[in-house]
Amino acid sequence: MKFVKALASATILAACTFGTASAADLVVGFSQIGSESGWRAAETTLTKQQAEQRGIDLKFADAQQKQENQIKAIRSFIAQGVNAILLAPVVATGWDEVLQEAKDAEIPVILLDRTVDANKDLYMTAVTSDLVHEGSVAGKWLVDTVAGKPCNVVELQGTTGSSPAIDRKKGFEQALSGHDNLKIVRSQTGDFTRTKGKEVMESFLKAEDGGKNICALYAHNDDMAVGAIQAIKEAGLKPGKDILVVSIDAVPDIFQAMAAGEANATVELTPNMAGPAFDALAAYLKDGKEPPKWIQTESKLYTQADDPMKVYEEKKGLGY
Amino acid sequence: MTSTVRTYLARLLPQLIALTMILAAVSIVFPGFLSLEIQNGRLYGSLIDILNRGAPVVLLAIGMTVVIATKGIDLSVGAVMAICGATAASLITSGHSLAETLLVTIAVGILCGIWNGLLVAVLDIQPIIATLVLMVAGRGIAQLITEGAILTFNDPGLSFIGSGSFAGLPMPVVIWLAFGIIVALLVRQTALGMLIEAIGVNRQASTLSGVLTPVLLIAAYVLSGLCAAIAGVIAAADIKGADANNAGLWLELDAILAVVVGGTSLLGGRFSIAASVLGAIIIQAINTGILLSGFPPEFNLIIKAAIIVFILVLQSPRFHTAFAFLKMPRATAKPTEREAK
Repeated sequence: MKFVKALASATILAACTFGTASAADLVVGFSQIGSESGWRAAETTLTKQQAEQRGIDLKFADAQQKQENQIKAIRSFIAQGVNAILLAPVVATGWDEVLQEAKDAEIPVILLDRTVDANKDLYMTAVTSDLVHEGSVAGKWLVDTVAGKPCNVVELQGTTGSSPAIDRKKGFEQALSGHDNLKIVRSQTGDFTRTKGKEVMESFLKAEDGGKNICALYAHNDDMAVGAIQAIKEAGLKPGKDILVVSIDAVPDIFQAMAAGEANATVELTPNMAGPAFDALAAYLKDGKEPPKWIQTESKLYTQADDPMKVYEEKKGLGY
Repeated sequence: MTSTVRTYLARLLPQLIALTMILAAVSIVFPGFLSLEIQNGRLYGSLIDILNRGAPVVLLAIGMTVVIATKGIDLSVGAVMAICGATAASLITSGHSLAETLLVTIAVGILCGIWNGLLVAVLDIQPIIATLVLMVAGRGIAQLITEGAILTFNDPGLSFIGSGSFAGLPMPVVIWLAFGIIVALLVRQTALGMLIEAIGVNRQASTLSGVLTPVLLIAAYVLSGLCAAIAGVIAAADIKGADANNAGLWLELDAILAVVVGGTSLLGGRFSIAASVLGAIIIQAINTGILLSGFPPEFNLIIKAAIIVFILVLQSPRFHTAFAFLKMPRATAKPTEREAK
């Protein structure tokens, strides 16, 4: 172990002596949460791809949903003397000590996709999406699409109390406020799953006169929308035409539905958090420019006009 | 014959009263609740939704009842659902025929049951621990099969099991009705039911009096695994995809609750399949009722808990004694002996 440490510090010393480190000999450690969802699998795939494109040597550690594994991984990255650490934190608290160790070793830490409750000096930057903004992009699309016509909206919320559910609801309501033609008539939780999305949509359809009172569906994630689309079809209505469908995440399956005309729009939660992180890191290593504390990823809107089949082909290999 | 019907009704009375009260309450909050119509050649309405959405828990409750009657418990059913859903989806997408897919999936469910049964009957591990193993590991196995993603399929045959209809009823309802009747007949028209109850009351005594305890115990867990396999196929067919992370999640608890609401004791012994099925339907009626009522989702679990506590109180022995006491003729109304003189 001592030998490795010595070797690692020698390497750093060498790197420092022979001028600024170019991307070619960068070593970056990545502590990933684990495989909790298709989206996270896609994030891992894209992070590896992005690192390869830039010639960065990525050390990957899967924490299997345990913070203690992430802390161990970070300590071992520090011991190996990596140039930077990417961290997708499994929980928000309890990071101060290990982040301080990284800071003492002068290794910049970049948070991916989630933030932590720690002093902002302890990490370089956080690359995340803005959940409220995602909701408002979806809401704005609906406002523009119905163009002043009266429209009753039903909402499938995420898991009650989870931050995506709270924020995506808030953003959507913000976008709708001031447009009295749009009204949220029913809102229930579908727990982010297809089964519950379908079950809750069935009850919405029964409750709103067989679906005749519903003009649009807003789902907090694509999976619930996919379930709801099946419920709409089984009730004898045409999703995408009789009932507009807008959701968030942009997973591959929703693009298939869009290609079939059964879904109308989705807002992307990009799994490419590493790209902006590596860019910020490169700029920092080149001329010491500190990036802002929060780098917001783009919340891109996809509609049926964006060649959904092509996007589906691009996305399906990412491990969603 | 009428006396058997009467004892049967008396056994199911608390459940029937609870169900009627819930249906009445929901139809006050949501007037169109009880209406039924024929749409696309099948019955359509909220009542049908309850029977249809309740299918997985009804099936799990059937198997769970028999396991609980042996003084056991099967925590792994939710995970077995996920495994079997994933198996069915991966077989059908890799080009196997529907018959092969279903046969292998059912076999996988039975295998899971044999595993649980062996741990309980042969190795004598406590059922809650023995089945906990598969509950934890099972979801991992399912995730391995689907590789962590939702495995979608478009096979019309397999989808039919989830959303097709037969004789005006949704397929899941037809399946659980048929399956429930077969199991109920099997345990009640033969001595099987009584032997199972005997094991639940006293396993050692049953063994000593010549009951093939290990075989029957394994059979109980196999039945539970089989039920979970069918439920898993229905759940996957319903959304045309196998979701290893969420399929059957926490449904083992709903199944146990259905058995308890059905009035079967967790200490084993006497059981009723019909009552457990009613219990599962009661739970689903509450779920569907909450969705239709339009309350904010933050209230869902509180309402559900309150109703279930109410039903359990209605069933409790203490409540029955208190009720019987109130119904007793008032002693003060009669003149005492001394006054009569």
